[in-house]
Amino acid sequence: MLRQKVLVLYLANSALDSTVVGWSLFDGTGETRRMAGDEDLAPYPTGLHALRDGWRLIQASPLLPHARGEEFDLAYLKYEFLFEQIVETGE
Amino acid sequence: MNDLPLLSAEAMASFAARGFLRFDAAVPEDLNRQFLDEMGDIAPPRPGQRMMRTYGEMLARAGVPQTPAGVPLAQAYPEGSALKRLLDLPLVAGAVRSLVGEDPVFDHHFLHVTFPPAYHEASGGENVSQHYHQDSTIDPRRAFDIQIMYYPHTVTRDMGGTRFLPGSHLRKVSEAAIARYQNIRGQQHMVCEGGTLLFLHSGIWHGGGVNVSDRTRTMFKVRINPSRSQVRQFDVSTLKPQDAQRPIFYLKGALPPSVEQILMTQEPWYENDTGRLELLNRVRFWRYLTGDPDYDADYWATRIENLADA
Repeated sequence: MLRQKVLVLYLANSALDSTVVGWSLFDGTGETRRMAGDEDLAPYPTGLHALRDGWRLIQASPLLPHARGEEFDLAYLKYEFLFEQIVETGE
Repeated sequence: MNDLPLLSAEAMASFAARGFLRFDAAVPEDLNRQFLDEMGDIAPPRPGQRMMRTYGEMLARAGVPQTPAGVPLAQAYPEGSALKRLLDLPLVAGAVRSLVGEDPVFDHHFLHVTFPPAYHEASGGENVSQHYHQDSTIDPRRAFDIQIMYYPHTVTRDMGGTRFLPGSHLRKVSEAAIARYQNIRGQQHMVCEGGTLLFLHSGIWHGGGVNVSDRTRTMFKVRINPSRSQVRQFDVSTLKPQDAQRPIFYLKGALPPSVEQILMTQEPWYENDTGRLELLNRVRFWRYLTGDPDYDADYWATRIENLADA
């Protein structure tokens, strides 16, 4: 059976080779159960390192213009990159 | 005459920049013991009993009053109770006064207990940490509430102390919309001695950790609102006049410690561009706290407020 692993990396800017500032991993194989606060060291230094390790990029945050009057409002992490690996589980 | 030990300008700047102040082992041990006695024992795990029921029974038994939201903080707890004594500690009263001003208002409180694996196994549920979230709801104010987190006993790393993200308090997000973020560089986990207090800006991103020890972990939280001005409530006698802007970018060495140095220190998770906006938002927050509409640090506000139309 094929299962999906999803890695979400939050980077320091819009370039894939910029520094990882946040990360999440959701493991559809059931082999690991990752959760909030379980790791203080990033799995990769940059997004490019994830590509080199076999992760496939499936989505990146768009760059949006800043609405007038809201230029300085900050909310969510800005540079989100979703990666996947398709894994044969052998079930 | 106010003789409370108010926060210094440096402590206030640290709160403005990072959104928290931590006071380790600040509560006397006899008071920690009184609090835990008033909370009562927590029943052992019962096979088949769901965690919600275990939690509900614990809340019903604990000696915490069911207090209406919006009452004066001074009336929230009975005289002599552990929580009244805690709020009357000079350090606590001085910090509360510095942060939310005179006549603060009780918002709500909660007894947070994280249970060890045996409880989850008995209930058939999963033992996981709490997602990152910002309490309450989207809060567009410049004014802010505070939350005091009280840790009455020693918390080790495996007990799943509160996780929080320094410097996240000025971001306007919608509660658990940030739950997708599992880990963020610079996040902190509360590992502390009994009697430790964590004062949080109400906007701080946080979540409870997972308890993989063999003991329950107890934390009491109370949220407090301002009812009057939050401006210049800290010890402004420690606020040094700002004669001129500091040199920026081209520096021949480290600059001396200052409020500006505190406000201009970024967090490791800040993005390259939004990190600068965080600094600008801190300048604006400091203007609010000091009542100085012209304050700037490292020229971030001055530059973009120069409309060249004089």
